[in-house]
Amino acid sequence: MLRLQPRQSPSAFWSWASPILALVLTAVIAGGIFAFMGRPPVLTVYTFLISPLFAPNGIASLAVKAAPLIMMGVGLSLAYRANVWNIGTEGQFTVGAIFAGWLALSLPDAPMWVIFPAEMAFGILGGVLYALIVAWLRTRFNANEILTSLMLAYIAQYLLIYLVTGPLRDPMGFGFPQTALFSDAADGPRLIENTNLHFGILAAPIVAAGAWLMLGHSVLGFQLRVLGQAPRAAKFAGFSENRLVWLAMAISGGLAGLAGMFEVTGTQGQLSTNISPGYGFTAIIVGFLGRLNPAGVVPAGLLLALTYLGGDAAQINLGLSNAITGIFQGILLFCLLGADVLISNRLLWRRRGVAGGRA
Amino acid sequence: MIELLVNLIVSVMAAATPLLLAATGELIVEKVAVLNLGVEGMMLMGAIAGFAVAHETGQLWLALLAAIAAGMTLSFLFAVLTLTLQANQTATGLALTIFGRGFSALVGAGYVGIAAPTLPKIHLPVLSDLPFFGATLFSYDPLIYLALILLAATAYFLTRTHAGLILRAVGDQHDAAHVLGYRVIRIRYLAVLFGGAMAGLAGAYMSLSYTPLWAQDMIAGRGWVALALVTFAAWRPFWLLIGAWLFGGIMYLSLYVQGLGVPVPSAMLSALPYVGTVVVLVLISRDHRRIRLHRPAMLGRPFQATN
Repeated sequence: MLRLQPRQSPSAFWSWASPILALVLTAVIAGGIFAFMGRPPVLTVYTFLISPLFAPNGIASLAVKAAPLIMMGVGLSLAYRANVWNIGTEGQFTVGAIFAGWLALSLPDAPMWVIFPAEMAFGILGGVLYALIVAWLRTRFNANEILTSLMLAYIAQYLLIYLVTGPLRDPMGFGFPQTALFSDAADGPRLIENTNLHFGILAAPIVAAGAWLMLGHSVLGFQLRVLGQAPRAAKFAGFSENRLVWLAMAISGGLAGLAGMFEVTGTQGQLSTNISPGYGFTAIIVGFLGRLNPAGVVPAGLLLALTYLGGDAAQINLGLSNAITGIFQGILLFCLLGADVLISNRLLWRRRGVAGGRA
Repeated sequence: MIELLVNLIVSVMAAATPLLLAATGELIVEKVAVLNLGVEGMMLMGAIAGFAVAHETGQLWLALLAAIAAGMTLSFLFAVLTLTLQANQTATGLALTIFGRGFSALVGAGYVGIAAPTLPKIHLPVLSDLPFFGATLFSYDPLIYLALILLAATAYFLTRTHAGLILRAVGDQHDAAHVLGYRVIRIRYLAVLFGGAMAGLAGAYMSLSYTPLWAQDMIAGRGWVALALVTFAAWRPFWLLIGAWLFGGIMYLSLYVQGLGVPVPSAMLSALPYVGTVVVLVLISRDHRRIRLHRPAMLGRPFQATN
């Protein structure tokens, strides 16, 4: 029978090979599910995972979807490393979008060099403030951040619905639950004219690089890692756990708010009830797939962005529900978590009843 | 007045039932020190499995079995990953929810906006025939009664039986339980499967009785509220019941006030149960000592036999 034998030390090879193994396994399992549904498995997996890349504007669409995922995945990597389980980035994304959108609607005539940096600041501010509620509840009242951050994500969604159906609704919008369009200046600069390649696509890799430097080469990064791996050691070393929790929540929330700001100004140009197709939850997978390492989050974000495009492609070309995006993401995370067992264990084949044996 | 009160009790009981079912399951899971954050995903799977089978076959008992099986299948996946392969419980639980959302939406795409048979009300002799309020107050569907019976059985099992003692030992001191010869991993598997079955049943209650329809994401965070409920109750069954009624009451209130047409935006009232959950969590969690006293000591920690 198969059995696991713990390794002496974690395998660096499997730490990076495991995501690739997980992706292959996921494609096989997804193919199996498609076959079970009576669909040609290879063609469906091809349509889902490969064809979007060769579609017109495929790479641009990929970049647009990947930008928020990378930004949030980077923030979550830092937080999860410190054992701060912020799973409500969806809410911080929403509040950042609301702050930035409100500013854009309030100053319709401001020039771009004023409004755009101000929107970025407001987006970050919204995300940070919303995330700090969670930090405060954890450090002051000992409330579990998993549950509070998630509940606040639901609350943020209702806040958005309230605003776009109430105070911020476009008076000329025929009653649709959305705001007026932002000004061109508020939509921000384009990397290439007349595309939807917004400034956030440039900002995402910059954020990842900055976080990579911070995590590996700064005292704060060191403290975050120690808090996660050896909380008692962190205490003995005199690191303030509360301060690090606040910082981890502020960073992950601020980046989520910034992602929300880029999304509504850069790609949507207004606030509506559907500003995110679950980016906040997908970013959790991005973080784990990227090994909670900002450098790994970039390719992971691109891959998960592809699952959104794949869902749309499967819907348009094959008539499947785009819910397969969620299925694929879930299976991918399952496979990854399963494959990760190889990092700290060896897989041995051993006949039953043979005791001992060579290691 | 009496009519209003009876309505209130009936509605709160109904709103509390899915929470109570799911939380009873999660209570047992956490009692063996496993934290399964996938309750929301398992409830969604239970909801669609129950609804689809009820629609296709018209057999409600078959539908309930399907819902239980769906919840258990997901929880089995969770058990393999976290107990056998020692994967991170937080991440695996989230994967369960993400997967359950996607899978239920895909399977459920063909079931949106159609009807299925709903759970019948049980007629209790004498009580249901009481004048004025008997017909409403004492005729619930079977799952409402089942939720109460299962909670009582769970409380009895945990505190009054030998098996319950072993179960608690596995959660409080898995190394000692292992040394005494109890199969820690096997007991945890069984508890996790029970949690999956209960979450599946809770989902079926949603789609076959509470809002007898299938809609994407229809659980709307109730799985997470059930998790909060276990913390609220500090892992004690009796308090689970109080908590379920409290949360059920908040949910009913937010619907009831919306129905009154008060000049408060409905989105704000819809957010009320989530605000309530945060507030209650905060009030409960600030008492460190109470939490530490009742919390299964090994909660969330993996066990690896060293033999």
